[in-house]
Amino acid sequence: MDLYALLAQLLNGLAEASALFLVAAGLSLIFGVSRIVNFAHGSFFMLGMYVAHSLIERLGGGSWRVMGFWGALLLAALVVGLLGALVEMLLLRRIYKAPELFQLLATFALVLVFNDAALWIWGPEDLLGRRAPGLAGAVQLFGRAYPSYNLVLIVVGPAILGLLWVLLTRTRWGVMVRAATHDREMLGALGVNQAWLFTGVFALGCMLAGLGGALQLPREPASLGRDLTTIGDAFVIVVVGGMGSIPGAYLAALLIAEVKSICIGLGTVQLASITISFSKLTLVVEFLIMAVVLVVRPWGLLGRPQATNRHAAPVEAPLRRGSGRYAVAITVSLLAMAALPLLNQSLPYAAVLGQDVLVAILFVVSLHFMMGPGGMHSFGHAAYYGLGAYGAAILVKAAGLPMPLATLAAPLLAGLGAMLFGWFCVRLSGVYLAMLTLAFSQIVWSVVFQWDAVTGGSNGMIGIWPDEWLSGTRYYYLTLVIVALSAYVLRRFLFAPFGYALRAGRDSPLRADAIGIDVKRVQWLAFVIAGVFGGLAGTIYVFSKGSVSPDVISVGKSVDGLVMVLLGGIQALTGPIIGAAVFGVLQDSVMRATDYWRALFGGIILFLVLAFPQGLAGISLQIRSWWQHPRMAMTAERQEKLT
Amino acid sequence: MSAALLEVRDLGISFGGVRAVDGISFDLHRGELLALIGPNGAGKSTTFNMVGGQLRASGGSVRMAEHDLIGMKPRAIWRLGVGRTFQIAATFASFTVAENVQMAVLSHHRQVFALWRPAADRFRAQALALLEQVGMRAQADRPCSELAYGDIKRVELAMALANDPRLLLMDEPTAGMAPRERNELMALTKRLVVERGMAVLFTEHSMDVVFAHADRVIVLARGKLIAEGTPEAIRNHPKVQEVYFGSGTTFEHLPQPAFAGRMSA
Repeated sequence: MDLYALLAQLLNGLAEASALFLVAAGLSLIFGVSRIVNFAHGSFFMLGMYVAHSLIERLGGGSWRVMGFWGALLLAALVVGLLGALVEMLLLRRIYKAPELFQLLATFALVLVFNDAALWIWGPEDLLGRRAPGLAGAVQLFGRAYPSYNLVLIVVGPAILGLLWVLLTRTRWGVMVRAATHDREMLGALGVNQAWLFTGVFALGCMLAGLGGALQLPREPASLGRDLTTIGDAFVIVVVGGMGSIPGAYLAALLIAEVKSICIGLGTVQLASITISFSKLTLVVEFLIMAVVLVVRPWGLLGRPQATNRHAAPVEAPLRRGSGRYAVAITVSLLAMAALPLLNQSLPYAAVLGQDVLVAILFVVSLHFMMGPGGMHSFGHAAYYGLGAYGAAILVKAAGLPMPLATLAAPLLAGLGAMLFGWFCVRLSGVYLAMLTLAFSQIVWSVVFQWDAVTGGSNGMIGIWPDEWLSGTRYYYLTLVIVALSAYVLRRFLFAPFGYALRAGRDSPLRADAIGIDVKRVQWLAFVIAGVFGGLAGTIYVFSKGSVSPDVISVGKSVDGLVMVLLGGIQALTGPIIGAAVFGVLQDSVMRATDYWRALFGGIILFLVLAFPQGLAGISLQIRSWWQHPRMAMTAERQEKLT
Repeated sequence: MSAALLEVRDLGISFGGVRAVDGISFDLHRGELLALIGPNGAGKSTTFNMVGGQLRASGGSVRMAEHDLIGMKPRAIWRLGVGRTFQIAATFASFTVAENVQMAVLSHHRQVFALWRPAADRFRAQALALLEQVGMRAQADRPCSELAYGDIKRVELAMALANDPRLLLMDEPTAGMAPRERNELMALTKRLVVERGMAVLFTEHSMDVVFAHADRVIVLARGKLIAEGTPEAIRNHPKVQEVYFGSGTTFEHLPQPAFAGRMSA
């Protein structure tokens, strides 16, 4: 690559950085003030694209087309900002005091709802936007044609950064926003009406995302998949730059966009007989950067350690051993699961669904092990599921291992992965830990996706079936036994001293350290255990389907796991089992009932979040407490209303 | 007198430009109850955190039984037989009272990584005995999160005693307690010191508690050790009286307010 080509790539990077910055700045701003990690931020970006498309079609024609075009872009941003304000007032206001993860679940439900809304309004086809009037062509730069619209983008990023800086440092409103970022309780105590401040910040953040989407429209078509890809990028940038830091967001966007551009520019390079494909690296390079930054600077480039959140989750009740009734319930459920294949005549589908639910239960129980008692919120648990699934497939196909041996070895492979990744992850906590787990799962995904020779790339692998003597119903029973045993083993771990030490490290790292517990090492072992059992779930999965594709390692798979844990209630040990079962059946039945299953599903999640903030397994606790202390519960509720 | 259990020499730490603790030295002997007193911001908790390993001192040494504690992790210091309580009590909120103490005993017996037999069955008798000592036996099976703050402090003390410590560090052990409870708790501590030959370093804001129970007192002000002696000597020490009550001269040499001049004119 010559110097001019490199310069052109760097300019491309600058334009890309602006687009990334607009989304990330809004996300960072919202997080800084409200401490809400807005999973739906990518959806606002996507809506920005669609709304801009519709508006340009109406306003962008005729003699006023220049004004109409740019006006439409700004108007689209305003519309999205207004939508953000509505979301804040109708939904988020009710859950500011809920635990962090519940807010995440609620905003994830919004992702589903917005995605289907877009599908309903604009249809499934990608929509190509018009070019900007007068900027459709290219200019000659360094002897190459360079899209002139990119020059606009290069200017927009720093311009917005400057405007935000003025807004935040030179206006009264900005001072309040910065004060809220620092300590929102204190600001409230000083008599500032926080409700409107939060609404304003959320609307502004969404407006920026909408503007980012609108500005992107002349460069790429509006598509329904843009929400999740955008939120992935935005998370990475915000974490690299430091949560809540706007200049940090620009710096991170610049760093990532430029490194990506250089990778594209380098293409495939021969280095001493080794061929390195840098363009393939673009899929992971941002996650590599994030991993490096988080290990070196755990709070991001320009971030600071977060102020403690005073709305932590309610304290978990002590562990109690299962009562007689509990044992009965478990036995009945196991018998019911065992009876499913007998219904083959009347409900042939039941056993198939049962198989999927069992695999999901194992996956989620292993995730809950590190999330609940361990307090380590993983956004990338699919990595270990995928390592187990691909590990088994490769061991059987390529290494020719017998299936039972592969079933034993593949989870250990996943455990090795967890050992490597976990070593880095346990050094962090909270949102940063979550993002690092996401980064590692993306790295695994991208290796699997690109390593055609071994993993079959995007096609995946097929023809991975269990041995003859284990096929059909027998495999279902094997799964039932493995899942039940695994759940029992993990439960034993939690009741054993190790499980107590794990919860001790979560409850009070200070005290745990002062009584001789090596908290990091305990967490590391928990990470590995969760990885092994997550891998086992993947292994069982691959033999039940006979095939595997990179989808099993996708962000969506990790998020499904999170949703199932939260749905069941993170504080109850039976939570993940209930969550996985309900999620599996619900998703399956809703999916078959309507084309807009995502919206319906999102609506159900929203309802559950608002009605049962303790999760489904918490319902019984909630009802019991009402029953036992009706008056206490009422006074508590009244007090809550007063505060 | 026998050799000191804990020898602190020229211990110091700076935060940015602030010299929070400035080269303090003192000894602590077996069977001694040593009070560390001083006004707010004197550096008492910082000293505790340097001895306990929560903060790394920037200079000086802390020696205990042939070991230099500086640079050691809190958990390693605990293994040497140092128990501690925190200014803001730190217990495990999702555990019962007994489980909190059991966790400490389990760790003492190096069973943190045991994976199979339930923790609740292990060392319960020892935990209950410790709770008995601090007067919390009756509440053993309550969730720790339900307790009053004074009771949480007692649970913390029971946890700190779980490894049969040679040295106990108590940062404001009686904060949040009624006067009578305070007295009882310190009387208990004194008994442990005598019975077990333990050494105790504690901070305390209630001078009644200090003068009634401490064997010796050291006084910290603005990071420096300004006095050391028996409670009686400290009570009458002019420098101590100055930092606690002030000399009454802070505003004496300020220029007269401007309006006073105008009034007289």
